[in-house]
Amino acid sequence: MTGKAFLFELLIPVIKIVAVILYPMIMVVVMIWLERRVVAWIQGRIGPNRVGWQGILQPFADAFKLFFKEDIIPREADKLLFNIAPILVMFSTLLAFCFIPLGESFRIGTYTLHLRIADSPVGLLLVLGLSSIGVFGIIFGGWASNSKYPLMGALRSVIQILSYEIPIGLTVLTVVFLSRSMDLVRIVESQREGGVWFGLLMPVSFVVFWISGIAETNRAPFDLPEAENELVAGYHTEYSGMKFAYFYIAEYAHMVLVSSLVVILFFGGWLPPFPSIKAFAFLHWIPGFVWYLIKIMFFLYLYVWIRATFPRYRFDALIKLVWKWFIPLSLANFLVVVALRYVL
Amino acid sequence: MASKAFKEIDLNMGPQHPSTHGVLRLKVSIDNEVVLHVEPVLGYLHRGMEKLWESQTYHQIIPLTDRLDYLASLSNNLGYCLTVEKLAGIEVPKRAQYIRVILAELQRLASHLAWIGFMANDVGAMTVLLYGFEARESFLDIFETYAGGRLTIHGMRLGGVPFDLDETVIGMIRKVLETTPKWIADIEGLLTDNRIWRHRTEGIGIIPQSDALENGLTGPCLRAAGMAWDLRRDLPYSSYEDFDFDIPVRTASDVLDRYFVRMEEMRQSLRIVRQALDRLPAGEHIAKVPRTLRIPPGEIYHSIEAPKGELGFFIRSNGTDKPERVKMRSPSFINLMSLEQMCKGNLFSDIVGVLGSLDIVLGEIDK
Repeated sequence: MTGKAFLFELLIPVIKIVAVILYPMIMVVVMIWLERRVVAWIQGRIGPNRVGWQGILQPFADAFKLFFKEDIIPREADKLLFNIAPILVMFSTLLAFCFIPLGESFRIGTYTLHLRIADSPVGLLLVLGLSSIGVFGIIFGGWASNSKYPLMGALRSVIQILSYEIPIGLTVLTVVFLSRSMDLVRIVESQREGGVWFGLLMPVSFVVFWISGIAETNRAPFDLPEAENELVAGYHTEYSGMKFAYFYIAEYAHMVLVSSLVVILFFGGWLPPFPSIKAFAFLHWIPGFVWYLIKIMFFLYLYVWIRATFPRYRFDALIKLVWKWFIPLSLANFLVVVALRYVL
Repeated sequence: MASKAFKEIDLNMGPQHPSTHGVLRLKVSIDNEVVLHVEPVLGYLHRGMEKLWESQTYHQIIPLTDRLDYLASLSNNLGYCLTVEKLAGIEVPKRAQYIRVILAELQRLASHLAWIGFMANDVGAMTVLLYGFEARESFLDIFETYAGGRLTIHGMRLGGVPFDLDETVIGMIRKVLETTPKWIADIEGLLTDNRIWRHRTEGIGIIPQSDALENGLTGPCLRAAGMAWDLRRDLPYSSYEDFDFDIPVRTASDVLDRYFVRMEEMRQSLRIVRQALDRLPAGEHIAKVPRTLRIPPGEIYHSIEAPKGELGFFIRSNGTDKPERVKMRSPSFINLMSLEQMCKGNLFSDIVGVLGSLDIVLGEIDK
């Protein structure tokens, strides 16, 4: 092995490992800033605009503040679980980013650079599994706090996330069925070969997945577990300082994760629009990663937009929505997709 | 039913809770998410208003009334002034009566706009809060230009109003009459046909009309229960009989109907203000009232239709310049007593919605 190749073999994974932590963090910072500015804009306010250009450094200022805050553990709390919970939430979300491809593989000299850490033939399954491990963090946090509001928040959260896993699984199945792979790269590649984004091919799958994704990240209008008007702050009521920041960052990272999944599964990942039409070939000149970011930002913006517009669902309506509508709908959708695939 | 009792959780909502509208504490017991009992615990904002007033002269009490329902201080001023004037037999000039009507109706609009903001925020629609407050801002600007205050305005005196309406203020009011319908339409656009809003409000917090009457429920909550009772029309004061306005009545008595009633009331208030401005009579804006007002022994009760319901004052005089006893009938306090009946059997999330629909202000509850 030559020295140069060895350098690549060693350095690139290290850089990737740093990047896989940095990338979600940067997105989280941008997202926190975007959310506060956009919501302020929709509501006719100004929003944070003092720290850095247009307040872009505000999330850092907040993080510094939280960093120096006293770390409070309630007296009767279960210390072990109380401390594990934020780590678990953060860890599971960040780990899922290892399997998310950020763009096409390309060659630097003889070295093929894959824009992802781990290649897995069942990447999709792993991402979905990891993102539901975060639920344990929420349960632990709510239970270990030894307080009623966090407990209720945690209970709601468990029911909500477990319920919404089902339509997510069923809609993901349609994508897996069409691309015949659970490899996220392969799913994007098959959208290139098919020449059309899966989201346009299966709008029902996309809509159900997206709404369930909002529910799974506990965001408005499904933010019941942390409904501030009812449960104060839900499962993280008793947390302070950096532990609270962990929950907060993990929630935003989870939003980035769900947006990435939507983009990969239904909107062609890093593919430009109309990947197969010759007239739009000039769009290929923009790098895939940029397309990917644009699409993710669109869905992150949608998150904010929805939050600023809708009231919050009530618990029973939330459960009714998923069990009476989404699950039958996604089941029927799956059957229709399978039938059409064989007929056409 | 041992297992049932085991499942019951006692929950303390407030006094430091984001949506109890101040320092209200609710002792809630829930079974899973179903509400079994709600008990309001009061007194966190108690300032001894009624006793305090016994040591103040009749004139000095007016600024203190601002601190009752601090979202509608002009209505409190009006209720108190009318009661004292009735007791002392003071004749208020027609122009002052009209200006009072204008101020009181603008205050009702400001109060309702703040209410819709809080109410919507309680069920999670936070943009409406900001819309409501931005619309309310122009009303506060009018009050500021008129009397100098925005929240505790102190905009009425015994015998009339402290200042005449000048061209600036009239211009501002005319402008607000133009802009407010658009704000109301915006808010309704966000809420009325929203499925989530409908689901959170329709059929929630129902109280039958008979129970509402027994509990002494008044104001928009009573009108949402199918009772067309409005003191402005039924026991007119301050020349309300001169104006033409409708009283919105709904029959389902749920949170949604209270919302509809208040939204329609805002439009009717705009109508009243417009009429009052157009027909504003000439003359004095305040009657001559002695600085030391001694009222011969006697007692009186007078009530007005405040934004929250029937606001009444009972005053007993003893010949000095200070009242011997004052008692307030504050609508928020009495409306709050229906909370348990409205919440029982509903879900925990609905408590905040029902509480919001009652439109309570703690300054008035704890006095």
